[in-house]
Amino acid sequence: MTNTRLALSAAFAALLAAGPAMAELVIPNLSYRTGPYAPGGIPYADGFNDYFTLLNERDGGIGGERVRTIECETAYNTEKGVECYEATKGEGSLVYNPLSTGITYQLIPRATADGIPLYTPGYGRTSAANGKVFEWVFNYPANYWDAASVAIRYLLDENGGSLAGKRIALVYHNSAYGKEPIRTLQELATKHGYEFVEIAVDHPGQEQKSQWLQIRQQRPDYVLMWGWGVMNAVAIQEAANIRYPMENFIGVWWSGSENDVLPAGDGANGYKSLAMHGSGMDYPVYAALKQHVYDKGLASGDGDQIGSVLYSRGMYAALVIAEAIRKAQAIAGTAQITPAQMRDGLEQLEITEARMAELGLPDFGQSFAASCADHGGPGMGRIQQWDAAARRWNLITPFIAPDMDVLGPLIEADSMAFATENKIALRCQ
Amino acid sequence: MLYREAGDFKTSYAADGQTFPIAFDRRRYQAVLVLAFGVVPFLVNDYWANAVLVPFLIYAIAAIGLNILTGYCGQVSLGTGGFMAVGAYACYKLMTAFPEVSVLLHILLAGTVTALVGMLFGIPSLRIKGFYLAVATLAAQFFLVWLFNKVPWFYNHSASGQISAPERSVLGLAVTGAATAPWAKYLVCLAFAVGLAWIARNLTRGSLGRQWMAIRDMDIAAEIIGVNPLRAKLTAFAISSFYVGVAGALMFAVYLGAVEVGEAFGVNKAFLVLFMIIIGGLGSIFGSFAGAAFLVLLPVLLKNLLVDGLGWSTALAAHVELMIVGALIVFFLVVEPHGLAQLWRLAKEKLRLWPFPH
Amino acid sequence: MPDQILFALEVTLNGLMAGVLYSLVALGFVLIFKASGIFNFAQGVMALFAALTLVGFQTGQVPFAHLVNVLFGTHVEHFGWTMPTLAAIAATMAVMVVMALLVERLVLKGLINQAPIILFMATIGLAYFLEGFGDIMWGADIKRLEVGLPQGLSETIDAATFAWFGYGFFIDRLDIVAALVAAALVVSLTLFSQYTRHGRALRAVADDHQAALSVGISLRAIWVLVWSIAGFVALVAGVMWGTKLGVQFSLSLIALKALPVLMLGGFTSIPGAIIGGLIVGVGEKLFEFAVGPLVGGATENWFAYMLALVFLLFRPQGLFGERIIERV
Repeated sequence: MTNTRLALSAAFAALLAAGPAMAELVIPNLSYRTGPYAPGGIPYADGFNDYFTLLNERDGGIGGERVRTIECETAYNTEKGVECYEATKGEGSLVYNPLSTGITYQLIPRATADGIPLYTPGYGRTSAANGKVFEWVFNYPANYWDAASVAIRYLLDENGGSLAGKRIALVYHNSAYGKEPIRTLQELATKHGYEFVEIAVDHPGQEQKSQWLQIRQQRPDYVLMWGWGVMNAVAIQEAANIRYPMENFIGVWWSGSENDVLPAGDGANGYKSLAMHGSGMDYPVYAALKQHVYDKGLASGDGDQIGSVLYSRGMYAALVIAEAIRKAQAIAGTAQITPAQMRDGLEQLEITEARMAELGLPDFGQSFAASCADHGGPGMGRIQQWDAAARRWNLITPFIAPDMDVLGPLIEADSMAFATENKIALRCQ
Repeated sequence: MLYREAGDFKTSYAADGQTFPIAFDRRRYQAVLVLAFGVVPFLVNDYWANAVLVPFLIYAIAAIGLNILTGYCGQVSLGTGGFMAVGAYACYKLMTAFPEVSVLLHILLAGTVTALVGMLFGIPSLRIKGFYLAVATLAAQFFLVWLFNKVPWFYNHSASGQISAPERSVLGLAVTGAATAPWAKYLVCLAFAVGLAWIARNLTRGSLGRQWMAIRDMDIAAEIIGVNPLRAKLTAFAISSFYVGVAGALMFAVYLGAVEVGEAFGVNKAFLVLFMIIIGGLGSIFGSFAGAAFLVLLPVLLKNLLVDGLGWSTALAAHVELMIVGALIVFFLVVEPHGLAQLWRLAKEKLRLWPFPH
Repeated sequence: MPDQILFALEVTLNGLMAGVLYSLVALGFVLIFKASGIFNFAQGVMALFAALTLVGFQTGQVPFAHLVNVLFGTHVEHFGWTMPTLAAIAATMAVMVVMALLVERLVLKGLINQAPIILFMATIGLAYFLEGFGDIMWGADIKRLEVGLPQGLSETIDAATFAWFGYGFFIDRLDIVAALVAAALVVSLTLFSQYTRHGRALRAVADDHQAALSVGISLRAIWVLVWSIAGFVALVAGVMWGTKLGVQFSLSLIALKALPVLMLGGFTSIPGAIIGGLIVGVGEKLFEFAVGPLVGGATENWFAYMLALVFLLFRPQGLFGERIIERV
């Protein structure tokens, strides 16, 4: 055993030492291209990589420094996530975006101790929006609780401002991720007087007959869904099977990609989901991507995911990170920034509509400005609807703001509990 | 030439019955211990501790536990993930309820709680045998995971159902939480692994171990010669679960720090630990270590080789990695169905006769 | 009739249908266990692999496109043709037969006379290998499987039950097809094993390896045959579940749904697999319906196992398994 260990250690040392010198901006990409959630992980990772490739090819990087993305396969597994984090952090990684709520919880204490920022747009720990407690974690522009509130706001608008007496069901992935919105929806139920029904689906969720029979029998007015992976596709299929009115079925943004609706075919027509950004190829940035990335054969993966919802989301995350690097470079006055300077950049980041248009993505995401206390952004979301005939998502509302009267205290309470538990002194006072 | 009984004279029964009867073996074992306790802690960095050594030691503990049940007592169990979850959640509840008590004690207590739960789920083994029992233990696996996911008391009503290990220290040094030094994590796990392996080795050599093996080889015959199957099977379940529970507690508190039950302790974990003992060798403590090392190190090594070394895309590397692991499992079984431990044993036999095999 | 009873009836019917789908997976396990005493963990992955191959042939994907592109720097993805469904099924079946041959040649041959747990382990290795192999061959993204099976609410049953009870029952048309296919499969398997030469040889091997060998039956040929049949059953299960879920990794996890079915029915009985499936399907659906809401739901995963455990306490060999006779 000792001998194997020694041999291995020699092999490792050789491999680790082979890494190139640190003369670039290192962005690890903790992705998953295998395992049960691969269909979601692949487009996201591709979009993330392609945007940085574009910056390298077109602009020679950011502020003259080339960006190096290190991809590491996590298979959505926390242990592999830890391995990836430890393997990449020594390379001068600036920020982590693990695309998994489980791995995020895992990395929050580690990254905080190591002084490396975490950026978790639209997932992760919601109460990290409170920058007073979570110095190193950022989850703007929107998080799960925002999503729940936006969905209810939308339904309020649909119903002339009142949901009293309505019955709203939540079909959720029975995990940390799926349980996130429950407390918000309960609070909102007391405020708006709707009846709230929770329906859990266990991982992986290939069999949901009982859940959908329950829905068929109880006839809720609306169904919300917090699903990921195969669960989404099955739920949409089953909803179509029981002839549930699709326009009353709203998924969170992780339940609103092409992967989820395509298997159900025409049955999915009219299904709605939240969106924190646009999708499709109708943005000027794709012309640049085509010229500098796709046509040169530099596209990440098979290049068959371009323009899909999750590809767009990966690209959006990369864009925000790139803008934060620019900001950090401006503050620090140097192109080669450290993770601590990256944190300052993330904290003072401001993204305006004008800037988004300049980047080739007009009317794509919301404008926001972070601050020391606010790491969560405005939390707005839009509603998109699936058109099965045209095979595309159509945005049907402008950005809707969440109900901060309800969310504010919840975030405060949860983050303060974390602060007391871990004896964290509050910042930004 | 060094590996000989010759010249190594035993003058007492104790010396004659010791674990390592050959002097060279004994010294090698001592050298490994000195290296592990005295040298490695000074060399270990974050990557080595968190990605390689700590998981290896924790899986080794779990594998010893399962080996007691499956390898020595012959009861195949697929409930390992669930029992690890019991250890983790018991440890979490104890850590948050009694913050002033040492976390090491909590880990041992978590093992004890798991032992009780394991005994409960071991009762059906008196009637159900073989693969039927294996599948029946899956009931424990799925039920326990569901329970920890559903009952908010277990995760102190946190918003998402995640449990996170608070920072605790031993002798003023942090051993859980983010501030823990890599060598402290490693030493805690090493101490548990070595201590538990030592106990397991001696238990299996003693009367209890012989009872287990009698049950494994043929339970009816064992009953006839006076082994009480109830006692033997339930002690095997209890002690095995104790080990698995300690492994679960360490995995949560020291290694991962934050855990989500369905993800960290799902049925895959049960299979993984079972692979370890079969590849390592059923009924062998060394085999448990070897199997854990094989399945923890091989994927990491392959990943480093294929992605960093050859520059393949991560997706392709991950798929090739699965194929290689699968093919190696089959290959090892075809070459040596009794696992790495048997290869080791054969190597030692050869070594004794070397260089004059006739 | 009061609503609750109607609801329970609807749930029961759907449970029966779900049970049939579980049985389809369980059948593959039983076939192999009977003939060779191997608990084939790879059955779920085989279903995934079969479905992947079927879609790949249908849509004219280039196998190993990933690997080829990496090694040679090319950009091939599609052949540019599509294959008719039946031809694709035949081609897939050919691949499954080749797989059976290779499994026999490379895995089983080296493991004759080993303990059951070792053989079980080998099939787990095989599962790993096939999973990676399928991904490399066809890619890990989600694929839509279309073989022309109907899906969605059955209008006839809805209308008929509405006329009788004033409440239309929901039955998925895919489930009805699955039930018919399962019935046909069981009947043809029974006929095959009762009335054909190879079928009899198969039963002889299942009964006693030594005796079968001594009357001149080739064990290895029978194993290839059995694994091919199991491959066929996997293909059928893969088509049914793939139509439901889309073809993706999660398809292989249906094996976990088949295990309690096996425990209940016994590892060695084909009718047992069907009856076990029905009991598990109805049991878990009714429990989720009646007790689920009280305890927070998502009980299905463990309930099936608990149910099987309780049955086993009374009949340790399963409902239809061969009696376990122990001698010293």
